[in-house]
Amino acid sequence: MRVPGAAYLIVSAILFTTGAVGVLVRRNVLVMFMCIELMLNAVNLSFVTLGRMMHALDGQVAVFFVLVVAAAEVVVGLAIIVAIFRRRASADADQINLLKW
Amino acid sequence: MLRQIALVPLLPLAGAAILLLFGKRLARVSGYLATLLVAGSFVVSLTVLSGLAKLPGDQRLVVRHLFGWMAAGGFNVSVDFRIDPLSVMMILVVTGVGALIHWYAIGYMADDERKGRFFAYLNLFVFSMLLLVLAGNFLVMYAGWELVGLCSYLLIAFYFTRPSAAAAGKKAFLVTRIGDLGMLIGLFAVSHVFHSLDFGTVFGAAAQHPAPHFWATAIPLLLFCGAVGKSAQIPLYVWLPDAMEGPTPVSALIHAATMVTAGVYLVARAHVLFEASHVSGIVVAAIGVATVVFAASMALTEDDIKRVLAYSTISQLGYMFVGVGVGALYAAPEAYEAGMFHLVTHAFFKALLFLAAGSVMHAMHDTTDMKQMGGLLKKLPVTGTVFVIGGLALSGIPPFAGFFSKDAILGQAWVHGDKLLWALGIFGAFLTAFYIGRQIFLTFFGESRVPPEIHPHEAPRSMTIPLIALAGLATLGGFLGLGESSSTLYRWLDPVFTAPQGSFTPAVLKPGLGLSAAAVAVGLVGLILAYTFYLAPGATERRQRITTPLAPLRELLKRKYYVDEIYGAVIVAPALALANAAAAFDTHVIDGAVMGVGKLVGGGAQVLRRIQSGLVRRYVMTMLGGIVLVVAIFLIQVH
Repeated sequence: MRVPGAAYLIVSAILFTTGAVGVLVRRNVLVMFMCIELMLNAVNLSFVTLGRMMHALDGQVAVFFVLVVAAAEVVVGLAIIVAIFRRRASADADQINLLKW
Repeated sequence: MLRQIALVPLLPLAGAAILLLFGKRLARVSGYLATLLVAGSFVVSLTVLSGLAKLPGDQRLVVRHLFGWMAAGGFNVSVDFRIDPLSVMMILVVTGVGALIHWYAIGYMADDERKGRFFAYLNLFVFSMLLLVLAGNFLVMYAGWELVGLCSYLLIAFYFTRPSAAAAGKKAFLVTRIGDLGMLIGLFAVSHVFHSLDFGTVFGAAAQHPAPHFWATAIPLLLFCGAVGKSAQIPLYVWLPDAMEGPTPVSALIHAATMVTAGVYLVARAHVLFEASHVSGIVVAAIGVATVVFAASMALTEDDIKRVLAYSTISQLGYMFVGVGVGALYAAPEAYEAGMFHLVTHAFFKALLFLAAGSVMHAMHDTTDMKQMGGLLKKLPVTGTVFVIGGLALSGIPPFAGFFSKDAILGQAWVHGDKLLWALGIFGAFLTAFYIGRQIFLTFFGESRVPPEIHPHEAPRSMTIPLIALAGLATLGGFLGLGESSSTLYRWLDPVFTAPQGSFTPAVLKPGLGLSAAAVAVGLVGLILAYTFYLAPGATERRQRITTPLAPLRELLKRKYYVDEIYGAVIVAPALALANAAAAFDTHVIDGAVMGVGKLVGGGAQVLRRIQSGLVRRYVMTMLGGIVLVVAIFLIQVH
């Protein structure tokens, strides 16, 4: 069975929206982080889909860049989260407001 | 040849450097060190004199190149020393009289704890003055010119904890700066017209191709501005009386014998430029003779022993300018030589008078008011005797030095037909004799008015020996120029002032003996009048009878013609008002603008920083909103 390209894009959109809403509504930093990953992967999916629909490899190349950046981002982000958790025993994003005026 | 010339200024410079660095540690020997170095400089100057005298008369000009100073395009200045009869005469006066004054200062400053610093400045001054007179171009001369001004400032304000001394130093510096500014512009003009600042080049060019009319007049007048400031002539003389706040050796060295004569030296040195313009000669002579009478009249009512001498110095400098002014007016070598002759004799007798006055102050615990003196000759026999010798030299009584030189200047004015100059000069001589007679009688003769708690005592040997040496010079110095054009000094200076091309030699004009007799008579009348009003029996009543009708005049003289007040109201007050206005503009407008910008940014930030809530989710929301907005705009544009 051949699944039409539009279906992949719809899945991608659903995933992205889920991630975006998750970032906005959840207060747990870790969950917010996972939602960001979800958004990144939604974008990856649409990249691959569109690449295939256009018979080009560009989309898949772009995915590698996203993966690399995401990996680096996870490393840094998790390190920050661990550091904050050690200090404050909390992962509530609303409590991390030292940067405010 | 004459390689040793560099040593002349370098010895005092070394002294200044050593004493500035180690003055505190060397305080006890500082005076001896400084004196020895200046004396050494004098000895070297003597060898320079003998070296130069060995040359034939028309070759007595040696320019020693020391090093290149600055070169920018076609503008080249190097440090050269110009060794000619004029500069050698000046270095002999500076180092000779300077050494005697240094010697005297050892005793005078013995109890001062800052004497290391004092002798450092004094040596620095001698160096600067030697640089000024030896300079081979205008710029090096100007450097020396400003350095002596600096030393003058430092030494007038030597007792800087005394507000009056600090103010006097500032006044001297600022007033002479006014003249120096004119001189600096004159230097620019010289460079513009002659494309060089070197004396040889400029004077050679000026003698052969006179500058265009405007510049020919402007250049000497601008240079003369500097001379007016430095030599304390009308209208810039006001700093010199106040300069008496400095220690007395300073007054003798800087404000009588050497620095204040720099202006006369400048006119003599640049005489080719002054001769190019009829106006400049008239201006020099007119300002000179006006200063003679004006300053002498202010000395009449002065009660401060040093200030009398200060006004006297201003007045005597006026005579020198009359001499060189007449010289410039008629291209007359004898008149220049008379002016320089008076410079030399004045250095002798005025340094003597100042140092003797210092000795009186030393004996009187720094009292300078002559009303508290009187009868001091018995207590201070040496000081009193030498002061009388200096006074006789000043009032032009033969055979003392001042007679010959003043007579020579007045004679030159007469033979060239300037009877008015002569008459004013003679009148000035009368006033001179009167005020110095008054000073002598008030200080050394008559009843003692010394306060009972002061016991005057003669100065130590180290002070009296230089006094006696200077008294000898003040007595015999006149014979240097005896016979005028056939005398040693005149013949020595002839190569400097006679025109280099030799085509035009003015007929030698000899003033008659009658003129000299008139000058002596006037001097004697002045002294006798002073005697009748200040010493003779019944002098007090006679004085009162005279001063009662003349009270307004006396008040005018006492207040120095209100010149300080007028300058204060016309120049100082507007300048201060302008400065205050500028300061207010600076704080309120310029500072206000700068601070306003800062406050604007700060205030804006106060408002805007509230956006930074610190809530991560709000940031994400904003970001997302932004992205949606951008994408929306993008999509709308595509369609």
